[in-house]
Amino acid sequence: MRVTVLIRPKAGVLDPQGEAVRASLGSLGFAVASARVGRLVELEIDADDEAWATNEVERMCDELLANPLIESFEIVRGSA
Amino acid sequence: MSDPRPRVAVVTFPGSNDDGDAYLALELLGAEPVSVWHTTGALPHDVAGVVLPGGFSYGDYLRCGALARLAPVMEAVRAFAADGGPVLGICNGFQILCEARLLPGVLRANRQLEFVCADVTVIIESTDTPFTSSCAVGDRLVIPVKHGEGNWVADGETYAEVATRGQIVLRYLDDVNGSRDRVAGIANEEGNVLGLMPHPEHAVDPLLGPVGGLPILEGLVAHARKRVAALV
Repeated sequence: MRVTVLIRPKAGVLDPQGEAVRASLGSLGFAVASARVGRLVELEIDADDEAWATNEVERMCDELLANPLIESFEIVRGSA
Repeated sequence: MSDPRPRVAVVTFPGSNDDGDAYLALELLGAEPVSVWHTTGALPHDVAGVVLPGGFSYGDYLRCGALARLAPVMEAVRAFAADGGPVLGICNGFQILCEARLLPGVLRANRQLEFVCADVTVIIESTDTPFTSSCAVGDRLVIPVKHGEGNWVADGETYAEVATRGQIVLRYLDDVNGSRDRVAGIANEEGNVLGLMPHPEHAVDPLLGPVGGLPILEGLVAHARKRVAALV
């Protein structure tokens, strides 16, 4: 089963990378009010039980993939 | 027991690059440094202090410090800290201590998105740690920084708690990286674990520039020496 995890900087947390992207887009002439840059992790899990897999991935996020102080995560079945 | 040289562990992770300077600085200041590899599950039994040095452990993959904190040696460091042993995390070591939740907050990319490499002035905010006990509040130290992710972030509630408890140990005189209220170094509640972005191990020899790192490392060595005496 393929599971994708989307990790985002939490709302309100300064995202220097997103800000640099926004500024660079602006210099290309694109009017962008805001840009936030996160991370995408694709996982292949040997499992058929979606609920079990989701639960496992949540634990992975809590223990390693995301830092809850600054990041939120979203688990998506399949490829995002 | 006139002048015992306390043994202080310097942990090397894959990608650590200031372990050598930490080793030399500790030796210069009267400690007996002990190199400890990250896969080691236990610290040598007579170690009385620990340094987590700077560098780019695991290439800063995922988040800086996030992978290093899973190294076997970190369980031993955690136990050593819980026992009151002095632990100093410098730069990447600070990042690892935050990811390990041994220190509050987390370090993110510098606000200016540029690597900063400069001698900076830090102000002592708390002397209630072994690392700063020989200083006075308000003392200024010049110590180099060199980091891309030194922007210490904590939410308002955490920040208020940390500030109230006197855990903010060092602040930059001027904004260096966007760090909340110019925080440069943070201790745990007990004061025996300190993380800081500036590199005291690079500032101990006048031949190489400022020597603002001396009191911090001397504090570590002095505390380690006391710990040895207490354990004997």
